[in-house]
Amino acid sequence: MNLPSPTAMHDQTIARLGAGLAAGEFSSEELTRVFLARIEQFNPGLNAFITVTAESALAQARAADERRRRGEAGPLTGVPIAHKDIFCTNGVRTSCGSRMLDRFIAPYNATVVENLAAAGAVTLGKTNMDEFAMGSSNETSFYGPVRNPWDLDAVPGGSSGGSAAAVAARLAPGATGTDTGGSIRQPAALCGITGIKPTYGRVSRWGMIAYASSLDQGGPMARTAEDCALLLGAMAGFDRRDSTCVDRPVPDYVALLDRPLHGLKIGLPREYFGEGLDGEVARVVEAAITEYRKLGAEMVEISLPNSQLAIPAYYVIAPAECSSNLARFDGVRYGHRCENPKDLLDLYTRSRAEGFGAEVTRRILVGTFVLSAGYYDAYYLKAQQIRRLISDDFRRAFDQVDVIAGPTSPTVAFNLGEKVDDPITMYLSDIYTIAVNLAGLPGLSLPVGFVGQRPVGLQLIGNYFAEDQLLNVAHRYQQVTDWHQRSPVAFA
Amino acid sequence: MSLGPAEVAKIAHLARLAIREQDAPAYARNLSAILDLVAQMSAVDTTSVAPMAHPLDMAQRPRADEVTEANQREHFQAIAPRVEAGLYLVPKVIE
Repeated sequence: MNLPSPTAMHDQTIARLGAGLAAGEFSSEELTRVFLARIEQFNPGLNAFITVTAESALAQARAADERRRRGEAGPLTGVPIAHKDIFCTNGVRTSCGSRMLDRFIAPYNATVVENLAAAGAVTLGKTNMDEFAMGSSNETSFYGPVRNPWDLDAVPGGSSGGSAAAVAARLAPGATGTDTGGSIRQPAALCGITGIKPTYGRVSRWGMIAYASSLDQGGPMARTAEDCALLLGAMAGFDRRDSTCVDRPVPDYVALLDRPLHGLKIGLPREYFGEGLDGEVARVVEAAITEYRKLGAEMVEISLPNSQLAIPAYYVIAPAECSSNLARFDGVRYGHRCENPKDLLDLYTRSRAEGFGAEVTRRILVGTFVLSAGYYDAYYLKAQQIRRLISDDFRRAFDQVDVIAGPTSPTVAFNLGEKVDDPITMYLSDIYTIAVNLAGLPGLSLPVGFVGQRPVGLQLIGNYFAEDQLLNVAHRYQQVTDWHQRSPVAFA
Repeated sequence: MSLGPAEVAKIAHLARLAIREQDAPAYARNLSAILDLVAQMSAVDTTSVAPMAHPLDMAQRPRADEVTEANQREHFQAIAPRVEAGLYLVPKVIE
């Protein structure tokens, strides 16, 4: 095995860093110092991190080195990662990208944070994100936008934009993200990395700040499918503290990566290749499909006839759930509180108005409206019926095919500021990802090329709990291509 | 569906959000545009379609009615904006 030299440690995958640690080529403390130095050097230009936990990272790294000396190390022991700032981290600010939680020190760890810590992973810090995970460009963050490492004028995507930019710029070899309508897959695509949104219920949501509870799901973001397999294996699993977490064994995702693709049926939904898809992006995606044919997969044209209804249904269901979830921020128990409230109503209304930004406010208002007396049937009930139609489309498709493939996003990364004043145009950038959340299916994005210097992602959608298959299908592609090895020149 | 600033003010009250008067017209425009987008749903007949509230068909797990969490009041109140004697403080509610 080719072990990384100390100077290139930052450019290695988690799998190879784990091998280097196991072989004693370097310690976790040395490795952690490399990434902390890169964060110090590059983060001011990218704004990918909200909080850097250098001191605790080094303590965790030394503990990981000690654990290794005792012979108790696993594949992630001593590997530094970053957490999206939506996951509660005990004793560390957990802002969710909002002024509301700017001074919120979480009093406990999210299950995902606990699970990765138990595997020995080292936390470098907390990554930037759209406020309360509401956004597709990372521009709604209270802490300012993140820049795309491939082109500093471009957005990194959102809402897990800080995690995506940190991995793409080699400030962390892997990171956690969450995905309610595309928030892992779209930034992974726009930043040229790999990310998987698991089946709803595969990963515990305990300690993951809620946006839309029937859609939210956490997952890993890294350079390769193999690294995502390593991270997901540690993140996933039953948790009694999340009543929607599924009690089902977690497969050995890494062991299942190499299965050949001969005879695999890949469905291409005609609705994902029509109007609205950028022509250059379409060409790159078609080249990836050609590569899959060479790997022995068979392409089947399919239809997901209700695709165009996914965004309308989502912008009822997600705001409705958000208005209810975010009602907890009242200025009383934690979070922002206004100065000198004159009465209880003033305390609630001003604390919330000062704490939330414009996009969060919009979604709370929409959600409150669609749930208000007289409108429930026309909006919320209707959206739930549409959700059933969309889910049934996928059920029928999976009778014919093993996985579904298409573009992750209709365009490459757009420019900072380009869509920020037009919510509807912004919403349309999630046109291919949102239906997957409504159905609760797993989805993965992997890098398959560029338009100019901006990356293009291919989305793979699997049947329920077929994360192993999505990772396998992505991994085989990455064995014969090198898009996932490209790094942005300015961050080499 | 078109909403005006007065309707936005009403919704904002229900949501306990203090919206500045000068911001109401912009929110009204945004909300109207979002509701127009959402209105595409009405083109589909869903008369016999069962609503789907949740992606997985699963029942809630019952558990034994036992105390499973330790009391951590002081720990949790340490992050509260204002507390006194173990109580959360709010402006006076009853005269």
